[in-house]
Amino acid sequence: MLRALLLFAVTALAGCGEVWNDPYPASERTSNTLYSAFVERPKHLDPVQSYTEDEARFTQQVYEPPLQYHYLKRPYELIPLSALEVPKPREIEGGKFTVYEIRIRPGISYQPHPAFVAGNHALAPARIARLKSPYELPAATRELVADDFIYQIKRLAHPRLHSPIYGLMAEYIVGMAEYSEQLRKADTKKGEWLDLRRFPLKGVERVDSHTYRVTLKGRYPQFVYWLAMPFFAPVPWEAEKFFHQPGMQPRNFTLDWWPVGTGPYMLTENNPNARMVLERNPNFRGEAYPSEGEPEDAQAGLLADAGRTVPFIDRVVYSREKEGIPYWNKFLQGYYDTSGIGSDQFDQAVRVAIEGEAQLTQEMEARGIGLQTSVATTIIYVGFNWLDPVVGGSSERARKLRQALSIAVDMEEYLSIFANGRGLVGHGPLAPGIFGWRDGEQGINPVTHVWKDGAARRRPLEEAKRLLAEAGYPDGRDAKTGQPLVLYLDARTTGPGDKPRLDWWRRQFEKLSVQLEVRETDWNRFQEKIRKGSQQIFILGWNADYPDPENFMFLLHGAQSRMKSQGENAANYANPEFDGLFERMKNMENSPERQKIVDRMTDIARRDAPWIWGFHPKDFSLSHGWLANVKPNNMARNGIKYLRADVEKRAALRREWNRPVLWPLVLILVVLAGSAVPAIVGYRRRERMAARPAS
Amino acid sequence: MPFLPVFLTTDVLLWLLVCVSAGYGWYCRRHAHLAAPWVRVFQTRTAVVSVVILTPYLLVGLADSLHFRTRLEQVGAGSAASYSPEVLSLLDIAASHLRSRREKTYSAPFATRLYAKEQIELADGRQVRDFPRLQYGGAHLRDEEERVVDMSRRAAAGLAAAAALWILLAWVVKPLRRRWAAVPWGAAWWTVGPLLVIAAPVLLLSEGYHVFGTDKVGQDVLYLSLKSIRTSLVIGTLTTLAMLPFGIGFGIVAGYFRGWVDDLIQYVYTTLNSIPGVLLIAAAVLMMQVYVDMRPELFPTAAERADFRLLMLCGILGVTTWTGLTRLLRGETLKLSELEYIQAAHAFGVSNARILTRHILPNVAHIVIITVALEFSALVLTEAVLSYIGVGVDPATTSFGTMINAARLEMSREPIVWWSIAAAFAFMLVLVLAANLFADTVRDGFDPRVRMVAIAA
Amino acid sequence: MLAYIVRRILYAVPILIGVNLITFVLFFVVNTPDDMARMQLGTRRVTPEAIEKWKGEHGYDRPLLWNASAGGLGKATQTVFFEKSVKLFALEFGAAEDGRDIANEIRARVGPSLALAVPVFLVGLAVNITFALFLAFFRATYLDFWGVTLCVGMMSISALFYIIGGQYVASKLWHLVPISGYAGGLDALKFVVLPVVIGVVSSFGTSARFYRTIFVEELTRDYVRTARAKGLAETSVMFGHVLRNAMIPILTGLVVAIPALFFGSLITESFFGIPGLGSYTIDAIQAQDFAVVRSMVFIGSVLYVLALLFTDISYTFVDPRVRFE
Repeated sequence: MLRALLLFAVTALAGCGEVWNDPYPASERTSNTLYSAFVERPKHLDPVQSYTEDEARFTQQVYEPPLQYHYLKRPYELIPLSALEVPKPREIEGGKFTVYEIRIRPGISYQPHPAFVAGNHALAPARIARLKSPYELPAATRELVADDFIYQIKRLAHPRLHSPIYGLMAEYIVGMAEYSEQLRKADTKKGEWLDLRRFPLKGVERVDSHTYRVTLKGRYPQFVYWLAMPFFAPVPWEAEKFFHQPGMQPRNFTLDWWPVGTGPYMLTENNPNARMVLERNPNFRGEAYPSEGEPEDAQAGLLADAGRTVPFIDRVVYSREKEGIPYWNKFLQGYYDTSGIGSDQFDQAVRVAIEGEAQLTQEMEARGIGLQTSVATTIIYVGFNWLDPVVGGSSERARKLRQALSIAVDMEEYLSIFANGRGLVGHGPLAPGIFGWRDGEQGINPVTHVWKDGAARRRPLEEAKRLLAEAGYPDGRDAKTGQPLVLYLDARTTGPGDKPRLDWWRRQFEKLSVQLEVRETDWNRFQEKIRKGSQQIFILGWNADYPDPENFMFLLHGAQSRMKSQGENAANYANPEFDGLFERMKNMENSPERQKIVDRMTDIARRDAPWIWGFHPKDFSLSHGWLANVKPNNMARNGIKYLRADVEKRAALRREWNRPVLWPLVLILVVLAGSAVPAIVGYRRRERMAARPAS
Repeated sequence: MPFLPVFLTTDVLLWLLVCVSAGYGWYCRRHAHLAAPWVRVFQTRTAVVSVVILTPYLLVGLADSLHFRTRLEQVGAGSAASYSPEVLSLLDIAASHLRSRREKTYSAPFATRLYAKEQIELADGRQVRDFPRLQYGGAHLRDEEERVVDMSRRAAAGLAAAAALWILLAWVVKPLRRRWAAVPWGAAWWTVGPLLVIAAPVLLLSEGYHVFGTDKVGQDVLYLSLKSIRTSLVIGTLTTLAMLPFGIGFGIVAGYFRGWVDDLIQYVYTTLNSIPGVLLIAAAVLMMQVYVDMRPELFPTAAERADFRLLMLCGILGVTTWTGLTRLLRGETLKLSELEYIQAAHAFGVSNARILTRHILPNVAHIVIITVALEFSALVLTEAVLSYIGVGVDPATTSFGTMINAARLEMSREPIVWWSIAAAFAFMLVLVLAANLFADTVRDGFDPRVRMVAIAA
Repeated sequence: MLAYIVRRILYAVPILIGVNLITFVLFFVVNTPDDMARMQLGTRRVTPEAIEKWKGEHGYDRPLLWNASAGGLGKATQTVFFEKSVKLFALEFGAAEDGRDIANEIRARVGPSLALAVPVFLVGLAVNITFALFLAFFRATYLDFWGVTLCVGMMSISALFYIIGGQYVASKLWHLVPISGYAGGLDALKFVVLPVVIGVVSSFGTSARFYRTIFVEELTRDYVRTARAKGLAETSVMFGHVLRNAMIPILTGLVVAIPALFFGSLITESFFGIPGLGSYTIDAIQAQDFAVVRSMVFIGSVLYVLALLFTDISYTFVDPRVRFE
């Protein structure tokens, strides 16, 4: 019996092939597929709502906004995607309005989709109830026209869709606010499709079938950057009509979950709990792999495919991986082609982080794993609440205290312990790669660092202690009362794994004999505290929307104070000179003059030290040797089309790395069988005993 | 005073519990029928062995429950005395060499260098990438080659000390042996032996090395493990304490009065039971967290906040686990109240309160004691799981759960950091195993049915 | 019997209302509707108007429990609590706060949850009862002693260690099964083998010892002595009499465990990447998706109440002496 079972087990397992631990079906083994993982399930895939990077990795493969960022060039450069060229702003009425005229590339077709078949717009509810995927229906396509872009811009104002950028756009796009009001009145029947084509939007007009114009109030040079985000990607009205049929919503058939676009891939399987599958869009027009890049790109082999038509990969399988250990181990076994974390994960509670090394271990090098890092356009900072009586305000005493703390918090050590060295110490509000950021000696923050022997060095602790004493706290105790100085750090709970980090923070303040009490709260409470301005010291981060100094400096703009006006200035920092310069700098084109203003603003901010400038994390990604053309791009997530995989090599290596080790299994069976022996012996003895008369 | 005592709520409760237990022990001694089951318990070898193993845990936990703030030097002449805001415990002082000697980051057990390579600047200004020497671990060695010799010297000294102590202990035990002859002192002595053999060398080695390595921010893992013990003890004991009033009160009242009281109590516990436990705990923990966040003025220090959370966690676990005991007691009381002597008491007009306290309660006490003993280890395990999924103790509290949680990142490192999880595993296994074994003997000693089985078999 | 069942089901209604009330209160003490809106709308560039709009659309713009401004019965009915709870009793779960339909989601996730939970339950039951019978058969011998010791040892190890260790050894070192993931149909086998083994092993100590206690207790009863006196072999005493009579306590413990089965193992599911209901619930708690949490709690308590009813009915089959009142 046992032997039969064993035999069965062995034959059954042999049927799986030589590798037992392949999480994917055997039939896929040699297909041209990219394997990746996602940690958090995406919340929205509708381009008017989707804003996070978790979502962008799906939406940006499907939707094509007018512009995109160059894959290889740094600093980031905008190039046309579905547009013919990057639009130039044209001022009219003496600068009162700015007009962007966008000409789109003719001949682009949508992915095959049932929405383009008129017969699918009036399906019987029973038919819908039987559907597992919208792609079971007959599909068709049509050409991309300017109206689709206009339709999407109108959707930004849709009362039932909550676009995070509506508020911002309503300030700039002519007629947007009134348009939203008009739609709200028209939207009387809940759940029914509101045909936006019937309502014209003043600031957006169609010139011809492939050209449209957007009119903005005043100047807003940063607008072109928004044109590179899915918010401005085309959406066909047919898709909205199709998904608004009764019975679609309860089956999760909505535009929010089933994107329809012109991009290189289409989302064909949508199960955010387990896996998402992107497949090549057969109607994709084709795009040439870039032929220029940074100087070192050619050497790294990133230009080997120059001029070839992308995409190279047919299918992308994203598996949900919630825990770090499985994620990492599957990568090492070759079942994920890349591993890495997005840089906006500090935004929300993250439970998983991959603890990969910035330095490859020998074993990993032997496996051909490569490491790519690039500095993210992100800053993680420690803010001092400007309104706090102890650490805030422009008094000399508070400034010295902040400066002392800025020196004491050893960000270099933080990076080496918690980020494996993946990051750059911050010296000011701007992230590297942003216009106005300076490298080298000019770029250091003189408050915390000195330039010595060709490198920035943190000022010695003695200076911090001196500043602290000057601020009125010699040895960390109030000179007047003798009471020890206690400060409060508000942090966001990410889980029980926070302990080491909290201990570290406490230790930084301890170096100055200042006691730090860390108050951890969940994200909501943390936000609430900041809204009310009741925090003292806090940790936050900002991830650039677009590579422009305005997108960082506004975090310190007095008028954007979080407590006073619900803006993004969480430290509530206010300095009239800084604010004045910001207003001037905001709408300027990049120029030496702008650089000068940015420098001045940086100096003011450094001296006032409303933030400890924290660090700029490095985006890093580890990838296996069979994957070519990997280069992290912080602004865009649409790089999958450029990747190429050597499928044969991958299959061979996976086989080699994952040979099952069988002897322990045999051993376990033997031990189990062996443990049955005393039982049998005992049983025999019992039986014989029972036969004897009871004593 | 050179220090200012700090009374954390859990400290007070824990010590109160110790006093109550002592009082109960003293009371038992004077009442033979109460002492009888305990005598039975302590006549078994298992009980004695497990108590010997539990004792060091208990001592560490209690030492960690005496908190104070040390006094700072006077600054001005006239100003009042000020105390360090940092709250320390007796254990922290005893293990100050473990607490204060922090490395930069991970280092393996007995290592003299960090676990990861770093850029090191040499004396001549050149930069090399190597494993830096530890600041404390093995820092007394002039040459790292001596490490093995030094370690074995320390270990040998430890062993010698252990042997000496062990023999000394045999002497001490002698009079006890004469006094309580039925207790298997031999078993106790043989258990103490291995404990000493392990503890003494570890103690001596920990003077110069990190015996269990260091964690991410360079804290000694041995120290963390010792600190975790208190958390486990608090959860294991105070939770049952929180549960007892509900459990006993509702249980016997429902069983005794029946009718609508019974219906109501049954309704309450069926409702509570039908909510999936983890959800209930998660929601309650989050709720309490909000309470703490809203009232920062009530909890000025991190220690107090963490302590409140720990206490509340005990309360919440107590509320979610009392239903089991209530059901047991209700059933038992139903049975008891049918018995003649209770009926007779009724007939004599004895008040309900008196019947409940004098007749019912003492007769269900064994169930309570068994439940308390059995729950302890289950709660210790639950704490680990809850902390792991993030609804357990405060992140600032050291506990086995938080240690295991940290290990989930450590195990996905390359090369793997195994010592924290190994230490948590070892410390927890021994604690829970000993507690389980002890609970078993308590059950055997108290449960009349089990006793019958033991005789029959 | 029918009348009894109807009465029991009616009895469940107040319990379910109570459960709903508890969930509601616990949840909304922690979260305000504003918090929920912020959670769903993201963290960047959220305006107060957007929050008001979201609340209005999702029906959170009314008072939570008591509407003082409404008249008459409306005071109690025109509230978030009433409107959100009534639908549950009609088993209409509606959409999660992120817009996905909950009923749909549950249908999709029940499969994976059961694929993990049912084998754990059945295999566990078989293994534990067999082992317990074995120990009871050899009671008070060295086999029994070491068996019980094994049980106590195994139950002293936290389930976390079984999961972390099992996955590390079997998947990482020995490459025997995929580390995590799930697939439908027969392919599920290779994904659930390890979690099932770990599930069985981690519950083995506690359960086997519990069953042993029941069996050993049963062995002291008079009928066993009678059966032995009749000259029945020990084996037939064990299986014919003891096992059958021990069914009542075993059933009591088992049926109540069924709702827990439905939820699957929270940790195991997320560790092995199995998209079941357990991980759905945990996700929902973390995302503060009240609609999902409330639905899951409701389903859990319905199952629990049903399980209780089922236990009582099954007693009559196992033990003919039990009659309905």
